[in-house]
Order: sequence, then C-alpha cells, then structure tokens
Amino acid sequence: MKNIPISAMIGLFFTALYFLVAIFAPLISPYGMAEIVGDVWEPASAEFLLGTDNIGRDLLSRMIYGGRTTIFIATAATVLSFTLGSVLGFFAAVAGGWVDQVLSRFVDLIMSIPTLIFALVVLSVTPVTVPMLIIVMGLLDSTRVYRLARAVAVDIEVMDYVEAARLRGEKTAWIIFREILPNALSPLVAEMGLRFIFMVLFVSTLSFLGLGVQPPEADWGGIVKENKDGIVYGIPAALAPAFAIATLAISVNLVADWVLNRTTSLKGGRG
Amino acid sequence: MPLIIKLLAQRIALGLILLLLVSGLIFAGTMILPGDVAQSILGQSATPEALANLRAELGLNDPPLQRYIQWLGGAMTGDLGTALTSGSDITESIGKRPSNTLFLAFWAAIIAVPLAIFLGLLAVRYKDRWPDKLISAVTLASISIPEFLIGYVLMYLIAVKLRWFPSVAMINDGMSLGEKLGAIALPVTVLTLVVLAHMMRMTRAAILNVMQSAYIETAELKGLNGFQVIFRHAFPNAIAPIVNVVMLNLAYLVVGVVVIEVVFVYPGMGQYLVDHVSKRDVPVVQACGLIFAAVYIGLNMIADIVAILSNPRLRHPK
Amino acid sequence: MSDPQLKVRDLKIGATVYPPGEKPHDIEIVHGVSFDLEKGKVLGLIGESGAGKSTIGLAAMAYGRGGVKITGGEVWINGRDVLKSGTGDIRKLRGGEVTYVSQSAAASFNPAKKILDQVVEAAVEQKKFSRKDAEARAKVLFDKLGLPDPENIGDRFPHQVSGGQLQRCMTALALCPEPDLVVFDEPTTALDVTTQIDVLMAIKEAIRETGVAALYITHDLAVVAQVSDDIMVLRHGNTVEYGSVDQIINDPQEEYTQALVSVRSIEHEEKEPTAEPVLSVRNITARYKGTQFDVLHNVNVDLYPGQTLAVVGESGSGKSTLARVITGLLPPREGEIEFAGRVLSPDLDGRSREDLRELQMIYQMADVAMNPRQTVGTIIGRPLEFYFGMKGAEKRKRIIELLDEIELGEGFIDRYPAELSGGQKQRVCIARALAAKPKMIICDEVTSALDPLVADGILKLLLELQKIEDVAFLFITHDLATVRAISDNIAVMYQGKVQRYGGKTKVLSPPFDDYTDLLLSSVPEMRLGWLEEVIANRKMESAGN
Repeated sequence: MKNIPISAMIGLFFTALYFLVAIFAPLISPYGMAEIVGDVWEPASAEFLLGTDNIGRDLLSRMIYGGRTTIFIATAATVLSFTLGSVLGFFAAVAGGWVDQVLSRFVDLIMSIPTLIFALVVLSVTPVTVPMLIIVMGLLDSTRVYRLARAVAVDIEVMDYVEAARLRGEKTAWIIFREILPNALSPLVAEMGLRFIFMVLFVSTLSFLGLGVQPPEADWGGIVKENKDGIVYGIPAALAPAFAIATLAISVNLVADWVLNRTTSLKGGRG
Repeated sequence: MPLIIKLLAQRIALGLILLLLVSGLIFAGTMILPGDVAQSILGQSATPEALANLRAELGLNDPPLQRYIQWLGGAMTGDLGTALTSGSDITESIGKRPSNTLFLAFWAAIIAVPLAIFLGLLAVRYKDRWPDKLISAVTLASISIPEFLIGYVLMYLIAVKLRWFPSVAMINDGMSLGEKLGAIALPVTVLTLVVLAHMMRMTRAAILNVMQSAYIETAELKGLNGFQVIFRHAFPNAIAPIVNVVMLNLAYLVVGVVVIEVVFVYPGMGQYLVDHVSKRDVPVVQACGLIFAAVYIGLNMIADIVAILSNPRLRHPK
Repeated sequence: MSDPQLKVRDLKIGATVYPPGEKPHDIEIVHGVSFDLEKGKVLGLIGESGAGKSTIGLAAMAYGRGGVKITGGEVWINGRDVLKSGTGDIRKLRGGEVTYVSQSAAASFNPAKKILDQVVEAAVEQKKFSRKDAEARAKVLFDKLGLPDPENIGDRFPHQVSGGQLQRCMTALALCPEPDLVVFDEPTTALDVTTQIDVLMAIKEAIRETGVAALYITHDLAVVAQVSDDIMVLRHGNTVEYGSVDQIINDPQEEYTQALVSVRSIEHEEKEPTAEPVLSVRNITARYKGTQFDVLHNVNVDLYPGQTLAVVGESGSGKSTLARVITGLLPPREGEIEFAGRVLSPDLDGRSREDLRELQMIYQMADVAMNPRQTVGTIIGRPLEFYFGMKGAEKRKRIIELLDEIELGEGFIDRYPAELSGGQKQRVCIARALAAKPKMIICDEVTSALDPLVADGILKLLLELQKIEDVAFLFITHDLATVRAISDNIAVMYQGKVQRYGGKTKVLSPPFDDYTDLLLSSVPEMRLGWLEEVIANRKMESAGN
C-alpha cells in the first residue's frame, strides 16, 4: 500500500467518507429525514447549514439521508450487475459455441435499446419500489459487464497457458478460477468503479424524472426534483446534489484509474 | 457479388432484424412483468367487473402474439394506437414532437461534432501537455455530473443570475428560426457539453490508437511535421473509428434529450414519454420506446456502414 | 579518402523505464559507441535483442522511440552534428538525407494510401524531386528491385501485394529521395528464407548501384556477412568488436564474437530406429472450421522412442497445424493418430488422462505459455499434483529435482515468470513438460523467439534431457540450422504436404526435389560471397533449363 499516488489517495479518502456518511446517516444528520423544522427555502445559517428545502425540511439532513439511499441502491445494483454479468461473461468465453452465441446475441439485442428508454418502458408497468429499481438497473447494466468480462476472458482464453491447461486435461472450473480469473480481476475491479458511478447517475436521473425513489424518502435525484422550482427564483437548493454526485463520481473515478494503471504497468508481475 | 456489397447488405438486414426483435422486446417488456394495464388505470380498489370490462375493451384477453402482430402492423402503417389516459390517437398527439426533438438534437450535434473532433485532435497533438490535461480534466468533471444537473446549474447561472437566455425552452410554429434558436440556446448548450466530453475522449483515444501504428513512425521519419503526420497519415485511418464515436454519441444524445426536455419543459418526444410513464399509459410508452429504439439502431447501423466503406481492404480487394 | 558520410562519436542513449512499484527513472542503454561510415559502404550492426542496435540506427536520424532520448555524443552527417540541429534541420535530414527501412513493411505502410504515393512522399516533401520526376524514379527503382509490373504496382494498396514485395517497396521508399544514408533495420527478419534471399539480393544491388551509404542492422551474422563491408558487434549497449567483415567472420578476436560465429556447433549423430514408433501420423487431412481448403493433405510421419523428428517448413506449410491435430485441438477430416500402440481419439475431450500425460507440448512464446500470476513452483508443480497426486514435501522435492535438471536450481521456485529472462522462461516450460514424465514432447518453434546463444543453450539442454528421460521430440521449426543440430528424422513440409521425409542424412543429401533444393540453398551461410554464389548458380540453372 506504499506506492499509492496522491490522486488515488484523495479518491480513496472521499469515497470512504461518502460510504461512512451513508452508513452512519442517522448519527450524523442534525435533523430527521422528513422532519419539517423551518420555513420554506430558508437560506444557509448556523441552524441549517445548507438551508431548508421546498417544504421547510433541513437540506443537509435530506442530503445525508438521500446519499444513503442513492449509494445503497447504486451499490446493490452494481453488485447484482457484476455478479450476473461477469459469471455469464466468463462462462460464455470458456464454453464457446452455441452457448456463447445465444448469450451474446441476446445481450446485443438488449443493448440495441438505450438503457434509459428500456428502463422507462419496464417501469411504466412495474411498481416503482426500491427492490424493483435495483433489479431493473442491475439487469440492464449487467449486459455491459457481460461484454467486458467476455472480452477480457476471450483475450486470456487464447493465451498458450490456457491451452496448456486444456491439454493437461483441466476442468472448466479450474480454467475459469485458476487461469482466467486472477488475470481478469484488475480490469474488472476498475470497471466496477465506473459501473457504480453510472448507477449513481442512473438512479438520480430516474428519481429526478419521478420514476425512482418515491417521496417522502430522500435521494439525490429526488432532492433536485423537489427543489427545482426554486431555481427560477434564484434559490440554489436543487444544486446541492450536483456537488455531491460530482465529488463522489470523481473520487471513484480516481480510484478506478489507479487500479487500471496499476494493472497495465504490472506487466504480469506480482499483484 | 463483391464482398463489400455483401457485407453492407448483411449489415442492413441485421439492422432490420434487430428492429423487429426490439419491437418484440418492447412489447413483451410491458407484458410479462407483473403489472396489468387495466389494474394500473383503475387502481387497486377497482371492482373485478370493472377490470374485466376494461380488459375486454382494451383487447387484453386476446393471445399476446395476436396483439403483438396487430400492434406492429399498426405501427408500420403509422397507427400507433390510442392513449389510455386521454383516449386520443397517439400518432396525432405526437404530432410535431419528433421534429421538435430532432431540431434540438440537430443543433447540439452541429456544434458538438466538429468541436469534439477538433479538441480531440488538439489533445492528441499536445498529448501530456497542458491543453491535453485541461481537456481531460474538464471531460472528467462533465461526465461525473448527470445531464439534468448540468442543465440546472447552467439555468441557475445563465438564465437566472445573468438573464441571458430564458430558463424554459418553449417553442411554437409562430416563432422565427432566430427566436427558436434563442429559446433552445440553453438546452443545446447542455446537450453539447454532455456529448462533447464523451465524444472528445473517444476521438482522442481513437486517434492515439492510430498514432501508435508503425506507419506513423514511417511518416515521422520522412521528415513530415506534426500536423502533416496527423492529417495525411493518421486521419484517413481514424475516419472509421471517429465516425463510430460520433454515431455512438449521437445515439447517446437521443437519450440525453429525454431528460433535458423535462428540465427545460421543451415540447418534444422525451417529455411526452416521461409524462406517460408516470401515468402508466402503456401504449404511449411502447410507441415512444419503439421510435427511440429505431433511431438508436439506425445510427448504430450507419456507424457500421461507414466503417465498412472506409476499410481499404474491402474497398480495394486483392 | 573523403570525409565519412556518417561519423558517430561516443554516442550515449538513455531511456525512461517504469518498473512496477517503483518511481519511473532513467537508465542508459547505449554507453558511448563510435564508428565511421564512408560513402558507398555498408556497416553491419549486429547484436542480440537489447544490444541497442536499432536505437543506434534511429539515432542517426535524431529519432528516439517511446521514452528513448539521446543523452550525449555526436552524430555527424554531411559535416554537421545532427544532435545539435534545430527541428527544421532535423526534418530536412529525415526522409531527405537519411531514410529508414523497417523490419515490418506491412505495418510501416499506411493501409489507406496507395504505395506510390507513400514511396514518393518524402522525395516530394523534401523538394528533392518534382512529383513527376519522383514517380518516374520510383518506377525505375521498382524495376531494379525486381518487383513485377513496375509501371503499375505503385497504384496498388499495401494489402494487395505480398510481404516480400512490400519489403522491396519499402526499400524503394527509402531510396527514392536519393538519400546519403539508408538505415536498414532487420529488413528481412520477418520473411521466409526463400523470400529473404531475393530481397537481400535486391537490397545489395540497389545499394551498389546508387552508391548510398548504409547501416544494416540485424541479429543474423550470416546475413550481415553478405551485405556489409564492416561489422560492429554490440552487446548491452557496448561495442564488443569492430572491424572489416572478413576479420569478424574469419578471425574474430573477442570471445563473444567467436561464440556468435560458431553458433549451432552442436554435433548430433543420427540414430537408427530401435523400436516400434511411439507416434504414427497416418493419412492425416485437415482443415480449419468454416474454411474450404485443406491445410494438411494426406500427411504420414513416424516418430521413434527417444528420437527427434524435425518438421521443417516455411510459414503456411502446415507444420503448426500438424501439431494441433496431434494434440487433439483440431480433429482431422481424415486419417488417424496412433500413439504408444493405441489409436488416439481425434478430439481432446475423448482422450484419457494417461494420453494427455504422455504427450506434452512446449510453445514458441514462453511468456504467454505461463500464467503470469503463478510462481515457477506452482507452474511446474501442477502436473505433478494433477497426474501423480503429489503433495507437500514430496512435490517440492520433485520440483527442485526438475529445476536442477533445467539448470536453474531451487532459488527459482518462488519467482514469477515476469522476473525471468527469455531463456529461463523456456527452461521452466521444459520442466513443466518433463514433470508429466511424457513419452513424447511437441516442441513448436521453441527457440525462434530467443537470441542465438540462448537458443543454442536450450537445444543442448533438450538433447541432454532426451538422453536422461528417454523422451521423443517432435520438433517444429522453420530454421534449418536447428534441424541439422538436433534431428534424427526430418519431414520437409510445403503447402500442407510432406515434400520429403526420412533420416537426416538422406533428407539433407542430394538428389533433391525442387523445393527442398530451393529451401536448403536459401539458408544464409556464414561465409563471404555466399549470396553471389547462390545467385550465380541459380542463374546458371535457369539458363541451362
């Protein structure tokens, strides 16, 4: 852990900070999530550090609880998308033949519809609940993870050492877990960071459109929706999530960049 | 038949098959899931009789395949069905919305595409120097914020604080082109910013990839200067990847438009779609989904066709 | 004697390296090299990979690849030090006064532009010729270099001509601006031997006729002996020996040069077959999935226990495909493989663990034949565990035995492949194959990626191990020197057929069939005048016919 560049350190620090705030939200936030404590759109003060929102709730508390919801949904969807996408991607690469064809063509089909549009189509008939959001986002995004995992695995698959393992008579499980996975891990971990950011943006967009987290629950996209009418009166409450999302996304990006560079400069040494 | 014609025919056929399958998927996507349109309209408290009546009226009791074929047949002849919530004809309600959306996307593309390619080239020319670093920093920042927030930030700064442009982008037939352009200046700026970042990043990567080829070294060893190397030797080989980048981003633009229309209350397809998703108006959602998917597939198809056409191995077979 | 065309004094070149887990830092890769090159003369720069020979060649154009920087010394061309020249002067130098021929013309030509446009570009850009004159000159050069249809070949795109032709086009590109100096960087290394000889001759003629000075960079001493006047032997960025071609070849002073000259000194007596063959390839015809052409036509060969069968051929001869058929990776369309007295299942899935154990394989590229995330101990230990169920101390003991056999020793057990040199990696691969106690090992171009001295060591080791372990080798190679060194039987392959097959002495002695004759006579020999001799012979033969 000695040679972490400064940019990655900053990234790690802020990423960790956001997750800690999300976990300990009830302990940290000064007021309750849905508690009406002041006037409508009060400016920032010692009492309300970020001011109040469109119905007089403390904006900082909303942001902290909102972050908790956003990060939770994004994390859960990323985990789902990753598990499903990478397992199927590896499997397709190693199995080859018709298994690969069927899976890959199906993924091509899903990916030929823009993700947001597909999500809207599905959410128009399903109940909009948190588990449903996680499932829809996770499933749609797993197509992208599948593509990456398959591409990485196919690259490794053609290496002579995998052929050597096959000629030795090794089983598929050994080839996936002992020969391919250790070499595919770093690009996948870096991608995980990028997918997580995408999920944060995605759930925020859905909530902003009114199709994500439902009120009175708070999340960053929802806070924008609730406070957007203030913008024309010059009240910047709706912009608070912009800052939060941007800093979180940049932090995770810095970490992902570092993980990726670390792999490429490693040239197959220890890691 | 020359190989190139065969490949093009194959790619176009693939696009059409994909479109057919996607229409099936969109139809099925609203079918298989646990929700029921009749239930959605009438709500949880509806009586079983009312539900049954509505289902019959909407044709929900017919076999799904039959309904799909009817729907698709209608869509191909320009009949997109009837909206559940208003009972009006969808094709009629959509009216000028697609052209409004295209108007917005068109101006964003006109600005973003040349700018992105130029900045991408600039970043390559000054790789690892300050112009490149500045460009990648700005890129990183702008892809880290969702497009609707970029919209509000600009609205807050430019429309509310500086009062340069209106904060909503209403347009109607009575306006002149100039008035329309003024009205959409803000949303176009936001869309440009959003796709610019991606497009620039990808253009830079595409050209850098070409720049690592041995023939670039040959060109440098011929004593050509930096721009000659890029324009004469890198650019002809980078056309296909760059067109690909542009098309992918235009496809992305089509999606970005949905959100931006909501932010600026712009009378286009996106707002129409989002409105009806909240109202759970399935026929409208299906119709809009199909239109968006068709545009998206079409753009991707053009990207592949350009790649085939620009490949010297295919254009000049042995 | 006139002033030398190129005068290099105390040239030092540095590079930035990025070792994992450390800060990037600069190292010196060329440590003060000096030489002179007269007008119309050819200097051969020779050395193994990492000797700095290409780097020196590019330095003559004030060019450094990647992070390479020229850190000191002088490079005088036409009476001025190019290292002290400004950007404008350097641009005029490149492509005008000094030009470059790279190893891979296929990669060095822009795929999107016609050959002629690229050949004349530098001449026109440097204002040496008008576009029209440059084109006329290019066509004359195409003709001189023996390219077919010199009037029109320039209108083709690079992918429309063969590799050997493209390499000649690259030479035309370099000669077109009438440069004072041409740098040839391994111009024939990527070509098959039968193509190499023609390109070599074309280059030699072109140099002689245009009177240009040339730096000829290669790792192959036999090749450089044919075209150079002087030779400089380089190692690790230092000059080992510098002298006339006659002195270097016939009277090398330094030990390293002597080793290079005498490489492939291995003596191996042909053995008579003593038992039934361990492997019989019978009537094998094969093609790749989804293709319409057979890559192998009715191939029949036998391999005897404890002996070596060399399968030799150029690219596209089907020699590697034969290996894939034998290992079961490519089931044949017709024919069968008999191994150790039993007929093997045509595809891998149908073979027993015993079949797999007794038939091992060693690859050309040792770096990609080992999982970079496994230690040497794991790599060698896996077959022991997999085939013999060895564990713990017993396994470790056997791994150390194997490491001793490949002359590496116990200290290597915990190292990763990235920490090994090319030769060491290949040794570990050999140990992994031996760990299975096989009856036979397929060696697929196992020495092609290695420097000559290292390759020599690997061949010696293989012969040694063959005696100890009594294992048979199927040795696939394009290199006839290797074939001579190690084989008992030889199969010459050409276009998917076995062209000539039998004991080593018989196959390598006349009378020859046409292809074998062409192949054998094309292998460069380490003596002066060989090239002229071969060309004269061939001319005589074709005149006689």
